[in-house]
Amino acid sequence: MTDVETPHAASEGEPRAEVRVVDAPLRPPSDTTGLMEVFRRRYLLRLLVKREISARYQGSFLGLLWSYINPLSQFLIYYFIMQIVIGRGQFENFAVHVFCGLIVVHFFTETFNAGTRSIVRNKSLVQKMAVPREMFPVASMLVSLFHVVPQLVILVAVSLLYGYTPDPGAFAAASLALAIVMVLGTALALLFSTANVFFRDFSSAVNILTNFTRFGVPMIYPYTMVQERFGSAAEYYLWNPMANAVLLVQRGFWVGTTKDPEETARVHLPANLFELGLWSLLGSLVLLVVAQRVFSRLEQRIPERL
Amino acid sequence: MSDSIVVDHATKNFTLRYHRTLKDITVAMSRGRAISDTFQAVDDVSFTVGQGESIGLMGLNGSGKSTLLKLIIGVMRPDSGEVLTRGRVSGLIATGAGFHPQLTGRENIFLNAAILGMTEQETKAKFDDIVEFAEVGRFLDTPVGTYSSGMYARLGFAVAIHVDSDVFLADEVLAVGDRPFKKKCLERMQEIRHSGRTVFYVSHSAGSVRKMCDRVIVLEKGRVAYDGEVDAGIRFLKYDDPGQPDLDDEIGADI
Ligand SMILES: Nc1ncnc2c1ncn2[C@@H]1O[C@H](COP(=O)(O)OP(=O)(O)O)[C@@H](O)[C@H]1O
Ligand SMILES: [Mg+2]
Repeated sequence: MTDVETPHAASEGEPRAEVRVVDAPLRPPSDTTGLMEVFRRRYLLRLLVKREISARYQGSFLGLLWSYINPLSQFLIYYFIMQIVIGRGQFENFAVHVFCGLIVVHFFTETFNAGTRSIVRNKSLVQKMAVPREMFPVASMLVSLFHVVPQLVILVAVSLLYGYTPDPGAFAAASLALAIVMVLGTALALLFSTANVFFRDFSSAVNILTNFTRFGVPMIYPYTMVQERFGSAAEYYLWNPMANAVLLVQRGFWVGTTKDPEETARVHLPANLFELGLWSLLGSLVLLVVAQRVFSRLEQRIPERL
Repeated sequence: MSDSIVVDHATKNFTLRYHRTLKDITVAMSRGRAISDTFQAVDDVSFTVGQGESIGLMGLNGSGKSTLLKLIIGVMRPDSGEVLTRGRVSGLIATGAGFHPQLTGRENIFLNAAILGMTEQETKAKFDDIVEFAEVGRFLDTPVGTYSSGMYARLGFAVAIHVDSDVFLADEVLAVGDRPFKKKCLERMQEIRHSGRTVFYVSHSAGSVRKMCDRVIVLEKGRVAYDGEVDAGIRFLKYDDPGQPDLDDEIGADI
């Protein structure tokens, strides 16, 4: 006891052992650069994403295998219903068509839903630690993106069974589609995660909203049907970035599984699909910038409202 | 001596929300009652702390100490006035905030260190020291959800104390933890103080403030009621109880 106390007693009244010179400017500690800050602290982001993923499969025997079983069972359900029960014979490999859409829609709704709840869910961190708060919606998006991988693996495997041969265009189309959903999902997650802090109603509303997503995209119906029913108004249908993302993934995989890919693409996809995709990406980026602006303004009142 | 923390007429308002649901709001409006009311948790506070100073922040519960610390660490932003800091600020506002109960102690050390701004290399280099300091022994690889609250706190404190910051904040963190651990923490904070880092220490314990700090700031209802020399500050609070031994009065001081 005494020998521990001695240095204290001795140090009292003594001059400081060191003078620390801090070579930094005085600045407001709450200043962050938003999404740039998230990128700067990507090590933390990686750990948060890992935490989320490993927590989800905690205590599960099959663990990550579930992320393969889920999409596979979904595919089989659609295969059974669409191809065998309803028997849309005139439409080639309709289950693959649906599955392409399902992956995109799922990625989007997961990002949107989990992202909207992310800040409230990480309450204790947000209230007590100096972490850029954009971190949480972005992490939600990355967790959802992580779950896209097994779905893509299954999609590729199924497509190969149908005699699919990959081409560079397919790769570009799928990448563009993912980029659109990543940006759009993050933008909406940013916007609604703050809103959800003020009124928890938003997470319920978003949940309902996302239920509609699958009907607003050419997934369980082909794009040709939209064209037939709405004629020139089908152009407005393609203002929806999600519709383009789905069509791009179908361009990437489903088209390649049909007997005559060129003919399928000509009949079932808009001619300027890549152009539309790039516009969708641009639109989503603009929304992301707006979302970041709104987030920065609302964020100041987040910790006390939680 | 350069300025480390500058707080200039900082004010933080909170809203007391009486009514939240649609029903409550309609009822309140129809009866002409206020829907919300604001108050100042930190009210026009100004002070400057030089690099290397060690400040004891004292005051009754609810006087705004934690809120002030949140302004300094940057979790909250003042509604008016300004708060400026120099260099890296870190510390513990709440022990183990950000711990994930399902992750093991080891995983949580890495996660918490990253939250506090440490890089992977830094954490790896200090990992053994952190584990040794936390004394969680073979529970290192069990989920922290099963830890006792003392162990939880020890782990949180161990990580925070190893961050190489220029300003170290501690908010009533020693209120949990057992006596030997408290002693160890105070020693460690003493080291931090002697390495020239600025220390901002919230405590109700006159004894540990006297040992740790060279200046006391007392908050009363969000305003600075006293700012100056330690002994006079403690007398100002009438906390001084000569019958109490130094370390023991930290115990049970924050309820
Ligand atoms: N998020 C919040 N919303 C509304 N009031 C709050 C919030 N956080 C703290 N307060 C109030 O602010 C006052 C000061 O709180 P705090 O800074 O925690 O005090 P201390 O740490 O000195 O005990 C208290 O009256 C508390 O109820
Ligand atoms: Mg407090």
